[in-house]
Amino acid sequence: MAKAADPQPVDSYDLAVIGGGLTGLALAIASAAGGLRTLVVEPMPAAAALAAPFDGRVTAVAPGGRRLLATLGVWADLAAEAAPIEDIIVGERDSRLTVHYDHQSVGSEPLGHIVENRTLRRSLLARAQALAGPALTLAMPDKVVSVEPEAQAVQLRLAGGGAASATLVVAADGKGSMLRRLAGIDVLRWNYRQVGIVATIAHAQPHGGLALERFFPDGPLAVLPMIGQRSSIVWAAQERLARDLVPLPDDAFAEELAERIGDRLGEISLAGPRWHYPLSMTQAKRYTAPRLALVGDAARAIHPLAGQGWNLALRDVGALAELVVDAKRVGLDVGSPALLARYERWRRFDSLALIAVTDGLNRLFGNDLLPLRLVRELGLGLVERTPPLKRFFMHHAMGLLGDLPRLMRGQAL
Amino acid sequence: MPIQASAASGRPAQPASLDPAELARFEAIAADWWDEQGPMAPLHKLNPTRIAYLRDRLCAQHGRDPLAREPLAGLTVLDVGCGGGLLCEPLARLGASVTGIDPGSRNLAAARGHAVAAGLAIRYRESSVEQLAAAGESFDLVCVMEVVEHVADPAPFLAACAAVVGSNGALGLATLNRTAKAFLLGIVTAEYMLGWLPRGSHDWRRFLRPSEIARMLRPGGLEIADLTGVVYQPLRDRFVLSADVDVNYMLFAPRIASPIAPADTRRPRTRGRSAVLPG
Repeated sequence: MAKAADPQPVDSYDLAVIGGGLTGLALAIASAAGGLRTLVVEPMPAAAALAAPFDGRVTAVAPGGRRLLATLGVWADLAAEAAPIEDIIVGERDSRLTVHYDHQSVGSEPLGHIVENRTLRRSLLARAQALAGPALTLAMPDKVVSVEPEAQAVQLRLAGGGAASATLVVAADGKGSMLRRLAGIDVLRWNYRQVGIVATIAHAQPHGGLALERFFPDGPLAVLPMIGQRSSIVWAAQERLARDLVPLPDDAFAEELAERIGDRLGEISLAGPRWHYPLSMTQAKRYTAPRLALVGDAARAIHPLAGQGWNLALRDVGALAELVVDAKRVGLDVGSPALLARYERWRRFDSLALIAVTDGLNRLFGNDLLPLRLVRELGLGLVERTPPLKRFFMHHAMGLLGDLPRLMRGQAL
Repeated sequence: MPIQASAASGRPAQPASLDPAELARFEAIAADWWDEQGPMAPLHKLNPTRIAYLRDRLCAQHGRDPLAREPLAGLTVLDVGCGGGLLCEPLARLGASVTGIDPGSRNLAAARGHAVAAGLAIRYRESSVEQLAAAGESFDLVCVMEVVEHVADPAPFLAACAAVVGSNGALGLATLNRTAKAFLLGIVTAEYMLGWLPRGSHDWRRFLRPSEIARMLRPGGLEIADLTGVVYQPLRDRFVLSADVDVNYMLFAPRIASPIAPADTRRPRTRGRSAVLPG
C-alpha cells in the first residue's frame, strides 16, 4: 500500500499538460504555482521558441487575460512590449453609422493589448523555467506516444523513452488536438469560406492606440495597433477575394489595404511576413473525458474577427487552474468526474455565447442585401446611442463579464 | 443482513455504542462510496468544505501554513467511522498519517481497494474507538464527521473519542442540530424531496445540540474552541461555512486538560457558554 509500489520507476504528476504553447504554458504556470506537481510535454525545444524571430503573428489580450497574466507573474516581463488599445471604431466603409468604443467610457484601463506571439511565448517560458523543479517539469522537446487512462490516473509514454502517470491530463495541443481524437471526442466544424490573411504594416502616421474593425461585403478587416508605428491586420477575406489577394506582391497588396483602411494611418507598407489560412470554426462536442480536460483551441477555435480566441483560452486556464488548485489544497482528486463536470459546465456556456456572437456578426456584415444592411446600421446606431448597451458589449469583449475565474479578477489562487 | 455474508472469524466484539441497523444501512451501499453521483453525493459535495475546515483549524493549532504543499505532514489522524475512506484519502494527501476505523468490513474493503488504486498508504482497521481507547492509542486529530447522529449511545462513544485525543491534539466533529429547521431541511428535504439520501438515513431524535456535545466532551478534557454552521447554496451547488448552526454544524475541540474521573461527568455545566453554544 506504500506509495510507488510499481517495480519500474514512473514519475507521477497531478497534472500533465500536453502542448506547451501559449495556453499550455499559462496553465502549467498557474498549476505549479498553486502547488500541483505539473508536467508539460511540448515537441518544440525551448531554445527554438525563445530564439524565434518575429513571424507576423500577434495576439489580442483582453483586460481579464492581462490580470491573469499579471497574477501569474508573466505580464511584468512583457508590459513594455504590449501595445494598448485605447479606442475601437467599428463600422462599414462609406457609412456614417459607426460605433466608437472609447476606453474612457469604461474607466481608465485600455480595452486590451496587442502582443506579438513570440513575446508572449518568451515571457511565459521564462516564468515556467523559473518555476521548474519539483513543482514543474518541462519536457521540451518531447512527445506523447501513448495514453492509457486507468481508474485513478492516466499512464503516459513519451517518445524520449520516459513514462509518467498523471491524475489529470490536459489537452492543450491545439485545433487538431491528438489527445481529443484519442479520447474519441467528436468535433463540430464550420467552414467560413473565408481566408484569414494576417500581416504587419508600417504606417506614416501614428495609430494613437486606435483599433479599426471594418466590415465589407467580401469580408471583415481588423487593424490592430502594435508598438511603434506598426499595426497588425487580420483580414477575413471571402474565398473569391482571397484568390485575387494572395498572389499579389507586397506593394500591390499594400495598395489594396490602403484603399480599405482609408487615409487615417497615412502611407502604409508591409513590415513582416504574410500568413494565409482557411478560416473554420471548430467546437468539441465535449470539453472533458475521463481524466482529460480540453483547453484553448483543442476545446474550440473561433473566428478571429473579435480577437477573442486566446481570451477564451485564458478563461479555460483560469477556470481549470482554480478547480484543480482548490481540490489539491483539500487533498481531493484533481481529476475526479465531479471536478471535470464542473469545468465542462463553467466553460461551455461561455464559449457558445461568444461563438454565437462572432459567428452572427460575421454573417450579418458579410452580406450586402439591403434589408440586412438596414438592420445592421440600425443595430450599430442603437448600440452607439445606448451607453449601457455599449458598455455591456465592451465589458464582454474585455473579458470582464460572467462567472469569472479568480485569476481573471486579479486574485491569486 | 449483508454484513454477515463477509463477516470473518476473529471479528472484534462490537461496542454498545454501535447500532446494528445503522451499520447494515451503510454496508448495503459500500460499493457506492466513491460514486460522486451515487448515494454518497451529499458527502462528496460536503467534502471540500469540511476538509478545509479541519485543515485550517489544525494548522492554526500547530502554527502551520494551510496552503503549504503537505500542511498536515507528520500529524496523526484517526477517522472514526471512516466508511469508504472519503475523508481519509484527502487527509493522507495533505500529508497526515491516517488511520481509518469502521465496524463494517465491506466499507473497509471498499476503502482499502480505493486507497491502493490511488497509491495512498492509509491504515484501515476493523475496530471501534472504544477498543483503541482501551489500548491507550492517541492521535493529533480525531475526526468524528457525520457519525455521532448514527450512534446508539453518544455519551460513552464521545468519551472514547475524547480519550484517544493526544496531549496536544483535538477532536473535529460534524453533525446535524436537533432543531425544527434541521428536521425540515436535513430529513424532509434531503431524504424525501431531493432524494439525496436514502429515506430513513437519519432519525431526528438522535441529533445533538452543540451544547450537548460540549457537555459530553468536557469530562474528557476537551473544550470547544470553534463552532461553525455549514449551509448549502443551491445555485452554486456547494456547501459553505456560515454563522447559521441550525442544520449542519462542525466544531473543533482541542485538549485543554487531562480526562477527569468518570464520577465527575455529571457535574453541572459551566456557566456563561450559552451565548456561544445555542441550544
